[in-house]
Amino acid sequence: MQPPEPLPARRTALRLLVRNHPGVMSHVCGLFARRAFNVEGILSVPIGDGARSAILLDVDEDARLPQVIAQLRKLEDVLDVRPAPTGREAFAATARFLE
Amino acid sequence: MKANGAELIMRLLERQGIEVVAGIPGGANLPTYDALRASRLRHVLARHEQGAGFIAQGIARATGRPAVCFGTSGPGATNLLTALADAKLDSIPLVVITGQVPRAMIGTDAFQEIDTYGLTVPIAKHNWLVRSAAELLDVVPDAFRIAASGRPGPVVIDVPKDVQLETIEVERLPEPGRPDAPPAARPDDVARAAELLASARRPVFLVGAGLIASGASDRMRRIAERGAIPVAATLLGLGAMPDGHPLFVGMVGMHAARYTNLLLEDCDLLVGLGVRFDDRAVGRAAAFCPQARIVHVDIDASELGKVKQPTLGIEADVGDFLRALEPLLGPCERPEWAARLAALRATHPLATPGRDDPCTPYGSIRHAAQLIGDAAVVTSDVGQHQMWVAQAFPFRRPRQWLTSGGLGTMGFGLPAAIGAALALPDRPVVCFTGDGSLLMNLQELATAAEERVDVKVILLDNGHLGLVRQQQELFYGRRFHASRFHAAPDFVAIARGFGLAAHDLEGCSDPLELLGRGLATRGPCLIRVPIAPEANVYPMVPPGAANRDMIGGETHATT
Repeated sequence: MQPPEPLPARRTALRLLVRNHPGVMSHVCGLFARRAFNVEGILSVPIGDGARSAILLDVDEDARLPQVIAQLRKLEDVLDVRPAPTGREAFAATARFLE
Repeated sequence: MKANGAELIMRLLERQGIEVVAGIPGGANLPTYDALRASRLRHVLARHEQGAGFIAQGIARATGRPAVCFGTSGPGATNLLTALADAKLDSIPLVVITGQVPRAMIGTDAFQEIDTYGLTVPIAKHNWLVRSAAELLDVVPDAFRIAASGRPGPVVIDVPKDVQLETIEVERLPEPGRPDAPPAARPDDVARAAELLASARRPVFLVGAGLIASGASDRMRRIAERGAIPVAATLLGLGAMPDGHPLFVGMVGMHAARYTNLLLEDCDLLVGLGVRFDDRAVGRAAAFCPQARIVHVDIDASELGKVKQPTLGIEADVGDFLRALEPLLGPCERPEWAARLAALRATHPLATPGRDDPCTPYGSIRHAAQLIGDAAVVTSDVGQHQMWVAQAFPFRRPRQWLTSGGLGTMGFGLPAAIGAALALPDRPVVCFTGDGSLLMNLQELATAAEERVDVKVILLDNGHLGLVRQQQELFYGRRFHASRFHAAPDFVAIARGFGLAAHDLEGCSDPLELLGRGLATRGPCLIRVPIAPEANVYPMVPPGAANRDMIGGETHATT
């Protein structure tokens, strides 16, 4: 008998507003790596005068999501974290440039 | 005024009220040391940067205020990492300032170049690579603000050598960095907590480092007394409730007294005050306090629900929460719960074999405690001796007990004791250590001798990595390997060689008299206590088991 297929993870997107400086990306990516949070995609663009950036993260939508958000909010250079479910469209649109 | 980056750092540290800096100079931070020489700061020259980091931790843990250490680039920075990670896990405010190679050489694999920023991202609360002297005017006050705000923690400022030397014109220095106001508990959450407490028949407070950091230990005790609420502590919460208080039930978890873990099995409401439900404290999380609703108060929102989903999670400074809670609670006697506690305490007390013999673990701790009194600050290293001290030393005030909890760093005790003695020169400081731990930062005996700090090192020498030996005995079929030291250093001769007084309780005619004499002499001193390698710390909850599943420590009291 085959083991049951794992259910495909439900996914969502988070939008971060961060201070734009060298190193902020390593803070965000390092957090996901060391806390074993899954992140499938990352998009980042400077906004306004370039002092800040917006980062879109493609993440699992599961019971750990509130913990992911709480940990992100503790990073000093992360100014705002909010769920952005429609942000997933951006990953789909970007994919064709990368394939 | 004109100043270079290094001089600015000194002015800004002075304005923060920093008096002592521990560190070691090297090529990339020599400009900082040149400015340090001309400053009002007192420098303590450690013998290894990890020692400098733990000396700063000792200052910070003893006072509750941020402390500072210096290291150079490359190995100076990597040697600091363990002390930094230790501070992160135990929420200790440190400001670590490292030298870096000049800006133009960054990225070239220059001599003693290492990516300090990258290395410290996961183990610092925040970090900076400073790119100009002018940036220091923002970064240094911000570093102190962040280190002390909310849940405290260590921060790292990496300063390239040419930034230390860059001279700028400064109109006026910035204000010192101060902690941000903590998040306020919502009044309806406080009211709900009061309702849960009022309706609980078997409540327990579990108090941790967050309560001590909030400075609210006395208020917690008053509330516990008014509501007849037993108080258990985590390893880092010891001292918040005075030992010997009828409501104090000791440390919870892997090496708790049996009655303590059994009481928590029965509680119907657990109020966690500045705790993080660490696995050594709660055992298997799903089986912890199985009958209880949980109220969890912590200043760090990410701790609420991280390990244990609370009935009510409150993001607040524990002290602010207790201040709001106190007027909402009426007196309550809970005689049945008090009787249950009394019965458990009588039938399952902490067993302390050898408590009258100063050449045993419990005996040395008990006698030392009587001899040094409540004024002393106590540090420990990590291992069996740490757990024996946590179980048996009568801690009676917050910040009396400094130990490495989360990271569990062997080598912590001696330099932390030096730091505590520097910060509190009027208090005696005692470091309980083991032979394995002491060897991990032995070189700091030279620092202790040089500074003439009033530190007494009580070395429980069993010639083993005792807690490793114990786990091999209990969980690895007695297959002992790499836990025994076959070469036995002469620690008394070594301590004397470093310039300390030293005494050996082994083979002396009156060990208690010698222990007393060693503790009474002012200045650094090592006292070696030979203990049996077979002595284990009991009870013990096997790693991964529920706290109710304790091995050993039965007292065979009448049941």
